[in-house]
Amino acid sequence: MNDKDGQNKMNNIDHQSLTPPRSEIGLLGWLRKNLFSSLSNTILTVAAIGFLLWLLPPLFEWAILDSIWMADSRKECWAKMEVPEGAACWAFIKDRLGLFVYGFYPMDQRWRVDLSFILLICAIFCVLYEKLPGRKFGLMFAIAFPFITGWLLIGGFGLELIETDKFGGIMLTLIIGVTGISFSLPIGIILALGRRSNMPVLKSLCVMFIEFIRGVPLIALLFIASTMLNFFLPPGTQFDLLMRVLIMVTLFSAAYIAEVVRGGLQGIPTGQYEAADALGLTYFKAHWLIILPQALKISIPGIVNTFIGLYKDTTLVIIIGLLDPLGIGRASLSDAVWAGLAKEVYLFVAIFFFVCCFAMSRYSLWLEKRLSTEN
Amino acid sequence: MPEKRKHKKKSSSKKRLPRKIEKSKTIIEISEMHKWFGSFHVLKDINLRISAGEKIVICGPSGSGKSTLIRCINRLEEHQRGQIFVDGMELTDDLKGIELVRSEVGMVFQQFNLFPHLTVLENCSLALVWVRNLPKSEAEDIALKYLERVKIPEQAQKYPGQLSGGQQQRVAIARSLCMNPKIMLFDEPTSALDPEMIKEVLDVMIELAETGMTMLVVTHEMGFATAVADRVIFMDDGQIIEQNNPKDFFEKPKHKRTKLFLSQILAH
Repeated sequence: MNDKDGQNKMNNIDHQSLTPPRSEIGLLGWLRKNLFSSLSNTILTVAAIGFLLWLLPPLFEWAILDSIWMADSRKECWAKMEVPEGAACWAFIKDRLGLFVYGFYPMDQRWRVDLSFILLICAIFCVLYEKLPGRKFGLMFAIAFPFITGWLLIGGFGLELIETDKFGGIMLTLIIGVTGISFSLPIGIILALGRRSNMPVLKSLCVMFIEFIRGVPLIALLFIASTMLNFFLPPGTQFDLLMRVLIMVTLFSAAYIAEVVRGGLQGIPTGQYEAADALGLTYFKAHWLIILPQALKISIPGIVNTFIGLYKDTTLVIIIGLLDPLGIGRASLSDAVWAGLAKEVYLFVAIFFFVCCFAMSRYSLWLEKRLSTEN
Repeated sequence: MPEKRKHKKKSSSKKRLPRKIEKSKTIIEISEMHKWFGSFHVLKDINLRISAGEKIVICGPSGSGKSTLIRCINRLEEHQRGQIFVDGMELTDDLKGIELVRSEVGMVFQQFNLFPHLTVLENCSLALVWVRNLPKSEAEDIALKYLERVKIPEQAQKYPGQLSGGQQQRVAIARSLCMNPKIMLFDEPTSALDPEMIKEVLDVMIELAETGMTMLVVTHEMGFATAVADRVIFMDDGQIIEQNNPKDFFEKPKHKRTKLFLSQILAH
């Protein structure tokens, strides 16, 4: 018996699982392990709680409890408060919400933007969620989406034409962000493969492009887009400003994506290339089936990082006269009826960007976890 | 029967005419082949003819060029001089021809090189779908058949990272066999394995040898060589030093360097 017990202990085969000691489980165990494991940890915990107690309740009062949602001007807003300026005046944001969302898009045509938002959500869902039944059609829809939306927003073919200088606000951010993200990934992958190519001409072209774009600030590129691009085009060519911005933002982020993907490609062992070659796969099949799926998986954090950067950089278009939510906010502040509510405006814009970027960040974490093939 | 060939350098004036395989049985023919890595002369005047169904074991000290030699046969490495014919096709820069040759020549690597993002079944059926253009269901049937042959059909839905080294190497063998190759190349297939897993891989290879497959195996498993090989080739310093049937090779090595090598690997 003794001998057998000893053996079992060694091999751990028949050993029964016992409940762990009290200190290891439950809320108490968790607290002790994570928050109060040592003196310095305890001090940090107490300090952090103190900081949150100092920050959160007043913020909550300011932003929610005491805030004013119904008013026609700043004066009315402040008159309604116990202490003037003592709380948020969301009535201002409410009043300007149309401007924040649609820019200067004509009132009676805003349904077109609404429809585009709905289509965008459908397209994102089709692309990002793999288990969707009939995903093939979903992907086809996602590919057609930019063209459908382009037609919806700009018009023509039966719809009233709307100039792109009427675009603004959240709608503009989404147009630039989504276009930049969806086109810069494929272009970046092609650039990365080109940079690793054995063909010297192709390789140096890709290197030159990437290094030029990375070496110039986005603002400079946007100025080039708004002023200099005409020099390179035949005289008299009409080239929409928004279109130029879209191209520049896409190329800018493609150069960064290319470097991120190149890093991923370098992480793939040569054995993978050799195994693909040995099976008789062509260059394109080997990359499409074997190399890129693995390289992109490694690159997910870097790619999403670049996308988040691009999304936030869309606010730079304010410099060449396009009004994104931040631009709309700044413009609204110069309205005499509402002037002085900067905190509300910037907080609102910050929350909008944070929600979008945080969603991207969470999705990338989820995707990494899902693609992991290890135990 | 193993064919004895002189390994001494021929005078280059007696250059052989390029020709296809003269005997229908010959499946690989290498003549006066040289290879350099940069300025390093890694393979020197290799002449080798292999008949269909022959089992060849190639051994030699590390850096002797044995891996490079078998990697030249499916052109994972390019040779710079001489000729290599595989199943009647000469290996040249022509990409189409190379992909055709590669789909007829299976290769098993020291580090397995399974595709970690695909399941075992997908690893095996991938090339059938994308190179042989078979429908997916048919490809998976074939893949399962070969997974059964290497005795791991139950792992089909797992990912390579979830298998042991020996299991991974057996999957790698199955993946190559799925393409129904005429020739199988093994590049030190057991060198990266834990000792207790070597046997399961060798067993699969021995079974494969019994089916009449043409096999070129770079290995130091001398037991395997004795049991299976028709011919053992000893390489050193980029040259084929000696080749013979296993019995004579191990018992009566002729060359000094062969004797030294055998004494070193059999010493422990």
